[in-house]
Amino acid sequence: MNLDFGQIAPSIPYIANGIWVTLQFTLLATVLGFLWGIILAMIKISGIKLLQGFAVVYTSIFRGTPLIVQIALIYFATPQVFGYNISALEAGVLTLTLNSGAYISETIRAGIQAVDKGQREAALSLGVPRGRMMLDIILPQAFKNILPALVNESIALLKESALVSTIGAADLLRRAMIVGAEKYIYFEPLIFVAAIYYLMVMLLTGAARLLERRLRRSD
Amino acid sequence: MIKVDDIHKSFGQLHVLKGISTEIGKGDVVAIIGPSGSGKSTLLRCMNLLERPTKGKIYIKGQDITDRKTDISRIRQQVGMVFQHFHLFPHMTVLDNLTYAPIRVKGLSKQAARAKGMELLKRVGLSEKADSYPSRLSGGQKQRVAIARSLAMEPEIMLFDEPTSALDPEMVKEVLDVMKSLAHTGITMAIVTHEMGFAREVADRILFLDEGRLMDEAPPAEFFSKPKSERAQQFLEKVL
Repeated sequence: MNLDFGQIAPSIPYIANGIWVTLQFTLLATVLGFLWGIILAMIKISGIKLLQGFAVVYTSIFRGTPLIVQIALIYFATPQVFGYNISALEAGVLTLTLNSGAYISETIRAGIQAVDKGQREAALSLGVPRGRMMLDIILPQAFKNILPALVNESIALLKESALVSTIGAADLLRRAMIVGAEKYIYFEPLIFVAAIYYLMVMLLTGAARLLERRLRRSD
Repeated sequence: MIKVDDIHKSFGQLHVLKGISTEIGKGDVVAIIGPSGSGKSTLLRCMNLLERPTKGKIYIKGQDITDRKTDISRIRQQVGMVFQHFHLFPHMTVLDNLTYAPIRVKGLSKQAARAKGMELLKRVGLSEKADSYPSRLSGGQKQRVAIARSLAMEPEIMLFDEPTSALDPEMVKEVLDVMKSLAHTGITMAIVTHEMGFAREVADRILFLDEGRLMDEAPPAEFFSKPKSERAQQFLEKVL
């Protein structure tokens, strides 16, 4: 085995630029998935049977099928079904959002239900309407409790975003594969992107720890 | 001020309130006592609809709050409540706990709410804790903040649900003292309590509940010296 990173040196900027593509998928899906997760969680605790049924079935389907199948379906079947020529970015973000929303909604639901019910009663007895109470009193406390789980979810998204390389998005993995195919060497470019993924995950973990410490001020 | 008209409350099979009627006038201080499980807290919690009565009506200032069309949030702004376990908002500072509802619900300006909040903290003797978080306070301090938080909405009625039951003995007095001074301001108060000395000293009237029924209703002097019902006599023998 002869390793020669010198061979891929000219391609390193090309591969590294994939960071932005990967981050774009990850950030968009994290934010949108989070919002979608909140909405699904609200539906699950709404007490409206029909909507609840929808949310439960939805979650079950997105958790019960492979993400790569979901991506393929949305990317390849959308033009056929809706006549819309969906881009890789749109399809990737949409799939990751829909998928991560399903997971996050369960986390958020549990987080909301874990907040002491006295908090709800205290807010209501001050005349705070339900919507405001949720926003200002319940959700901030729920998020503090589930923050580690949410960070884990965004880390998972960062890693899962590599699946968008299968629909042609030029993310880190795809670029490494392209370089590998050009030069007939795969170990060097792939180990390079693996290191980048690892570094990004570590940075995210560190940032989360800082955020968590800030939130613990009130303890 | 408050009129309770034949209310019943069941939790599943459990019949907690079995037809209670009473009236609490403006400025009255009423102590609700009785053995545990007698329905005292449930009765109190019906008065701001934290529990919805299964049957019967409750009027606050003449308005039927059990009517589904009543805007209960508006009513609750005028009915403060203090809980056994305080329920301060842990993610807000003490002062923010006091100003949150006046700003968000009443639409008070930030400055006005903060001024009012500081004034109330001074009244309960906790000015120096304004910027602390609730987790830094003792139980007695938490409860005084909780009282101030309710008062910040300038309610006409205050409901107290066993406000000293979760406190260490040496902290009971500081909370009772705040409530005593409050009773003299002419605000209407309903207090569920096990503090018989306090009830006797501060209340205008005692409601004695047992097994979901109002067994006795009398001024404290009369109630504590010669209670009418046999159940009240037995109860007093045990607790006094």
